[in-house]
Amino acid sequence: MDFLVFIKQVPDTDEVKVDEESGTIIREGVPSILNPFDEYALNLALRLKEGMEDEVNITAMSMGPPQAKDALKKCLAIGADRGILLSDKVFGGADTWATSFTLFKGVEKMGGADLYFSGQEATDGNTAQVGPELASHLNLSSMTYVEDVLDINPKEGYLTAKKETDEGFIKLKSELPVVLSCMTPPDFEPKIPGVKEIMKAKNKPLDTWNHDDLGGTEEEYGLEGSESQVISTYPPPSKGPGEKFEGPAEEGAEKIFALLKDEGVCDD
Amino acid sequence: MIKIDREECIGCGECVEVCPVDALSLDSEEKAVVDEDTCTSCGLCISTCPTNAIETKIMARKGDTSQYSGVWVFGETNDGNLKEVGPQLLGKGRELASEFNDQLSAVVIGSDVKDAAAKCGNYGAEKVYMVEGEEFDQYKTLPFSFAMSQLISEFKPRVVLYGATHLGRDLAPSVAGRLGLGLTADCTGLSIKEEDGEKLLLQTRPAFGGNLIAEIVCPNTRPQMATVRPNVFSCPEETENSQPEIIEREVDLNPELFKVEILERLSGEEGEVGVEEADVVIAGGRGVGSEENFQLLEELADALDGVVGCSRPIVEDGWLSKAHQVGQSGKTVSPKLYIACGISGAIQHKVGIRDSDTIIAINKDPEAPIFDVADLSVVGDLHEVLPELLELLGGEDGS
Ligand SMILES: Cc1cc2nc3c(=O)[nH]c(=O)nc-3n(C[C@H](O)[C@H](O)[C@H](O)COP(=O)(O)OP(=O)(O)OC[C@H]3O[C@@H](n4cnc5c(N)ncnc54)[C@H](O)[C@@H]3O)c2cc1C
Ligand SMILES: Nc1ncnc2c1ncn2[C@@H]1O[C@H](COP(=O)(O)O)[C@@H](O)[C@H]1O
Repeated sequence: MDFLVFIKQVPDTDEVKVDEESGTIIREGVPSILNPFDEYALNLALRLKEGMEDEVNITAMSMGPPQAKDALKKCLAIGADRGILLSDKVFGGADTWATSFTLFKGVEKMGGADLYFSGQEATDGNTAQVGPELASHLNLSSMTYVEDVLDINPKEGYLTAKKETDEGFIKLKSELPVVLSCMTPPDFEPKIPGVKEIMKAKNKPLDTWNHDDLGGTEEEYGLEGSESQVISTYPPPSKGPGEKFEGPAEEGAEKIFALLKDEGVCDD
Repeated sequence: MIKIDREECIGCGECVEVCPVDALSLDSEEKAVVDEDTCTSCGLCISTCPTNAIETKIMARKGDTSQYSGVWVFGETNDGNLKEVGPQLLGKGRELASEFNDQLSAVVIGSDVKDAAAKCGNYGAEKVYMVEGEEFDQYKTLPFSFAMSQLISEFKPRVVLYGATHLGRDLAPSVAGRLGLGLTADCTGLSIKEEDGEKLLLQTRPAFGGNLIAEIVCPNTRPQMATVRPNVFSCPEETENSQPEIIEREVDLNPELFKVEILERLSGEEGEVGVEEADVVIAGGRGVGSEENFQLLEELADALDGVVGCSRPIVEDGWLSKAHQVGQSGKTVSPKLYIACGISGAIQHKVGIRDSDTIIAINKDPEAPIFDVADLSVVGDLHEVLPELLELLGGEDGS
């Protein structure tokens, strides 16, 4: 069986600073990481692979600039068998629509898979759209907020999964193939690859495909192929530093109490 | 949309038969042709075609934008009851509709949703598009997305808004993907921007974990679609007996569309605890120290008519269920008052509380990042501050 995991390299949002003047993200000096949700998705794929009789091949695919290779290398070290980077100047500036189209073209070239994984969302854009949109391109069903795959039965062609809904968790059964958008469960401990795994990863295939490899016209990709346009960005309006109190607990409590009264949250 | 390979097509007409929206027909040369405006990319024809002459070709739906009018709100229901986010969006939708000079409509899909449909009228919808049937009893992506796509293809709205709930964030991208539409996720603001004489929906949303706000338009595709965070807009007054025009549509669901089946609700997991809707949230983090200590927060929540929330480690340790978790991988809250006790203020937590009106933080570390977003920061031990506060509140209650 072929598993395909879509991964994205993102700036570490903990470290991100905004240029107040231009209202854009300062990327310099900000470390890039593997999107945490994708890291979970990959770990889930690996765990399933280990529990299966069939031979399973895990491919990690990403669209991004050349340095996104680092994120793919990390995936290989964690346990993916193959990495594919879709990288070309014309892919730049893509919204979720153009991104899912580009990844779809990558899937086509690769020849498809039996099960697809994406993260629930990427921590830079936080849109949670690429997974379901990919499913549309692939004419497949999608499942979002998947916390776990409970059972997979390739012979009968289905899996069961645990999914979070607004009302709690449910157990679902889905035909294969399907696109899973994976949600990190609270008790997830990421696998940290050791030196041996990192060395071994160096021998695993890591390809880069560009626009010529994927085909299609340039207008379908990147900024031109995007249906949503960001027309401006700015730092969130800061409320200004609030009041800070340091002193005896009793007085702290009184401060809070006074504010609660002001806000009308408790009776005067 | 789909693409038909004319070389391969043998004109058998199987696809024309199976198409639930009559988007396919045979032309004079006995070859299948598709009406791009009507096709909802359901893919049924693809599996039916004996010669594999059909493939999906999802393209951006660009056509003539002037055909599209009307502001639609997806009225999300649970067990037939309209969820609060629907009315909130109808309130905002009303403003947008007047500026566009459009009608305001709601869409309701479910198995027993007549009351919910009528209720949408009470909150301002002039029309309600309703798809009712047993097979829509529980939310499933494909059937709902298919029904929604069919309505959109037939009635051509200008704008469609969904709540950014788990359901909305599943349904909207599925519809957008299927129909080839731009979609903006998790909006916190909506207004109108004029560009080249055309009024566009201006969508405002946080990105990069809330470090940046972006303004987005979708100038070329219609409808313009957005998911909107619950509680960003306030709910309008409910009027009685509004009697909106109800437009019911049958949606022919081929069994092939049911690729996913709901087996069971998993027990042991609490359902909603209401942190998203609450006016007051008392949240605790690792600084609370132990499961027992959450009692203090419960008491404070009781005194203030609030709900207890928490940071992620609390869920990891099993002290509270996932439904209480606030933040990136938990709930986004927007209460009038958020009290963070013993929470350091990691970006993943802060992103979930930015829409709160007032934030109070209690932390013994004067440098805790949570203080950057707090209106009132109290540096101190929560085990000392909270009992004092409860006493002050208790004194009030008792009098
Ligand atoms: C992909 C991803 C998603 C995530 N999603 C979420 C999410 O949805 N929600 C979330 O919350 N986190 C999330 N996290 C985790 C997040 O990064 C932080 O680890 C977490 O929020 C820290 O929780 P905390 O503040 O309770 O604990 P800590 O960071 O350990 O902070 C405890 C705080 O309590 C204070 N304290 C200790 N004792 C006392 C006392 N007696 N009185 C007063 N103060 C005291 C300390 O000074 C400290 O500031 C996510 C992380 C990742 C990678
Ligand atoms: N450029 C990309 N390359 C590969 N996968 C991506 C890319 N962008 C998004 N994804 C996948 O789609 C998921 C959701 O992303 P988003 O819709 O951007 O929040 C991510 O967790 C990834 O699995």
